[in-house]
Amino acid sequence: MFYYLALAALLFSIGLYGVLTRRNIIGILMSLELMFNAANINFVTFNKFVITDGMTGQVFALFVIAVAAAEAVVGLAIVLLVYRNWQGIKTDYINVMKW
Amino acid sequence: MDAPVSLVFWILSFIIIVSAFMVVSLKNIFHCALFLILCLFSVAGIYLLLNAEFLAAAQVLIYVGAVSILMIFAIMLTSQLASKRISQTNENKLVAFFVCLMFGLSTLVLIANTHVWRYSAQALPEANVLTIGKYLMTDFMLPFEVVSVLLLAAMIGAIVLARKETS
Repeated sequence: MFYYLALAALLFSIGLYGVLTRRNIIGILMSLELMFNAANINFVTFNKFVITDGMTGQVFALFVIAVAAAEAVVGLAIVLLVYRNWQGIKTDYINVMKW
Repeated sequence: MDAPVSLVFWILSFIIIVSAFMVVSLKNIFHCALFLILCLFSVAGIYLLLNAEFLAAAQVLIYVGAVSILMIFAIMLTSQLASKRISQTNENKLVAFFVCLMFGLSTLVLIANTHVWRYSAQALPEANVLTIGKYLMTDFMLPFEVVSVLLLAAMIGAIVLARKETS
């Protein structure tokens, strides 16, 4: 079980690094997906080794996947909007939150 | 302290870590998306190792099939930045690297030093899809419906955001 948790921790750290350093919004979204996957690996690991009477962890990981898909859709729509208005998708452009 | 893991796990985790590192470090954002697909696919393999067959299938369908394709579409529609040789990272790269290194190391130490998990000797239910379906229709009925409303709201929101102003 230690190995699975360690894998999830490493994946989460790499995703965190991507979120903190990327200048491109799509890059930030991709790093976010990495972090979601690390959390999901943790859910499934605990479901297999610690709480095995039932599959609550797997069902919850399923919900995480669904919410991540919704988040990606809305995020990419915002990316397209920013691109149309500023002709670029750097995070420095999003310093205007109202119009 | 626990059972040794198989060779498949080591191969999969090697692929996951290397491709995740490629996702956050490559300059070409399109290559990043391709490595993201590889990483998500290997995570589906990890789910298979953990007796989560349905989750592995959902991972391949939703992440590899839908979310990654969406990312690639967005990259193609906004391809101005993809080919230029400009910096993809901002100026706090070094600080962020140390923060993440410290975070990862401290989490690893924490995991290695924790022995309070009550390991269960019981195996998971055999019929994976059957059990998940029962959960979704009984205990998790309300969250299930709320997720469907959320997906509908996300769809409408995306259409409204990305629509061209016609007035």
